[in-house]
Amino acid sequence: MLTILFDGIAYGMLLFILACGLTVTLGLMNFINLAHGAFAMAGGYVTVVMMNRYGISFYWCLPAAFIVSALIGLVLERTLYQWLYQAPHLDQVLFSIGIVFMAIAATDYFMGGQQQLINLPPELSGRMDVFGVGVGRYRLFTIIVCAALALALQLILSKTRFGSRLRAAVDDRRVAMGLGINVPLVFALTFAFGSGLAGLGGAMGAEILGLDPNFPLKFMIYFLIVVSVGGTSTVSGPFLAALLLGIADVAGKYYVPAIGPFVIYALMIVMLIVRPNGLFSRGGR
Amino acid sequence: MLNRRMLIAAAGVALSCLAAIPAAAQETIKIGLILPMTGPFASTGRQVSAGAKTFMVMKGDTVAGKKIELVIRDDAGTADQTRRIAQELVVNDGAKVLAGFGLTPLAMAVAPVATQAKIPSVVMAAGTASITKASEYITRTSGTLPQYSLPVGTWAAANKIKKVVTLVSDYGPGIDAEKWFTKEFKAKGGEIVEAVRVPLANPDFAPFLQRVRDAKPDAVFVFLPSGAGSLFMKQFADRGLADAGIKLIATGDVTDDDILNSMGKPAIGTITGHFYATAHDSPENKAYVAAFKKANADMRPNFMSVGGFDGMALIYAALEKTKGDVTGPAFMAAVKGLSWTSPRGPVSIDPETRDIIQNIYMREVKDVNGELQNVEFQTFKDLKDPEKADAK
Repeated sequence: MLTILFDGIAYGMLLFILACGLTVTLGLMNFINLAHGAFAMAGGYVTVVMMNRYGISFYWCLPAAFIVSALIGLVLERTLYQWLYQAPHLDQVLFSIGIVFMAIAATDYFMGGQQQLINLPPELSGRMDVFGVGVGRYRLFTIIVCAALALALQLILSKTRFGSRLRAAVDDRRVAMGLGINVPLVFALTFAFGSGLAGLGGAMGAEILGLDPNFPLKFMIYFLIVVSVGGTSTVSGPFLAALLLGIADVAGKYYVPAIGPFVIYALMIVMLIVRPNGLFSRGGR
Repeated sequence: MLNRRMLIAAAGVALSCLAAIPAAAQETIKIGLILPMTGPFASTGRQVSAGAKTFMVMKGDTVAGKKIELVIRDDAGTADQTRRIAQELVVNDGAKVLAGFGLTPLAMAVAPVATQAKIPSVVMAAGTASITKASEYITRTSGTLPQYSLPVGTWAAANKIKKVVTLVSDYGPGIDAEKWFTKEFKAKGGEIVEAVRVPLANPDFAPFLQRVRDAKPDAVFVFLPSGAGSLFMKQFADRGLADAGIKLIATGDVTDDDILNSMGKPAIGTITGHFYATAHDSPENKAYVAAFKKANADMRPNFMSVGGFDGMALIYAALEKTKGDVTGPAFMAAVKGLSWTSPRGPVSIDPETRDIIQNIYMREVKDVNGELQNVEFQTFKDLKDPEKADAK
């Protein structure tokens, strides 16, 4: 029972780390970025290449995955994304889904279509018994990293100067510019940060979720569920949503395997009926 | 003057030689190889095409006086594309034989084309039993899931395994595997504690594995397509199922030779049943593995590749028998009852079902000179597909 809860929390945390970058771009920047999974995949492949080809420690791969994905995000934002901030949402959707397909084809070409596997350092594999609860070491690690990240993200957005500038830039671009905020810079940094988070999520998820060129399409639906249930205007909303969905998904598959896969969608529908704007919505936006 | 005349004569000779070459080359037989070369099943396509190409490297590109040409097309794993490409290959490109087909629905989509155009079609990968029933013109060189799930049941019952949980992917092949393992295992006195079906697009195996652990069986029987299989393997080890005394028995898809080596330690000790292992000990296989690695940049051949290799072997053998006649009825008549020695061991084509008859091996994953290999330890000889044998 508690093992299932633990697994659910770990899975939820992983969903959060993958989706929270999307919360930043989609929610805070108001940009429909369906290519989010492509950045996550980039992070995953950075890890795979570093570990399997060069034998670099897993712990170094995590920051590297963040930085590389963030850089890719920055370059793409400056060259492509920035022209579409004012575009209708449909254009943004078409554009970003195009990026997804290009990313899939490129990955397939360079890395091959097969499933990529990494071998974790010994202290992260296996599991231990804590008062009768089976605790997977890697899952515990995931929970710790993700919880720390969620906290940091919340603090950055609510307490720092950068956070308030970002919120101002999103709410009213013209006024923010008038106040002397360098909106393009703020957006570029935010986008890079969101992409970096995705990359980190991809690096951490490679062990549990697997990694192949179809990663962005396979998990897009999960990111979108998390963000739509959680709402897009805060970080705590998607955090709670991811936890809830993770636990419900794992518990559903454990207790009622016949309909297990459907539980997560049923939950999403119920949540959206009860709170159409997400768990913590800022008014009726 | 003399010189000039000689020159003209020489030119004439040269010209007639040139003319003679295309005349011989016109006897080209095109084989349309339709495979998922991109998308989620790209590794299947890569392996099958690499196997087929290796055959042509080893045995040359002429048979019975005809030149063989492979035309490889990508269907990305979607059935409507497979069918469209099959039609194009037959109608526009004049392909005389179709081959490949990575997945069951893809092979099924081509069946009507094969029947209408009387085009022989060689299934090199897809493994659901019913495929060869879909058209008189379909034959197969891979294997069927019932064919290699059943012996795993026989083996389990004979090896002190009493209680088993089955865990399969929830689609055609998975259900085939579950059905035939269960049938055989129960008939031999075993008990199935629980039958778990995992959705095909499943990101995390944690809840299913926990369920298996809590059911406390002696073993868990698994079929998963090879990519998902490797993920499963890691989580199986991580969850400590092996430490809890639960054995992992599976079809060979789970310990696919293509990725087995990167699975690492967790895979060691897994017992699987299948028709081919890279480590199969025979001179034919040694030659095959060496040629394959040379032709394909050190890629490791898996069962898919040997399906492609034997598909070409079947086409060559049938053409030799018909003396180059590639029309549907003649070709299919030649196919029935063919037998040859494949890298996997002796194989033949069942004259009644056009499906392959072959040995199924029980294997254990072991570390052999620093590489993980499926090491065979028991052979079930000359098995037919039980599904069609049963239907009679």
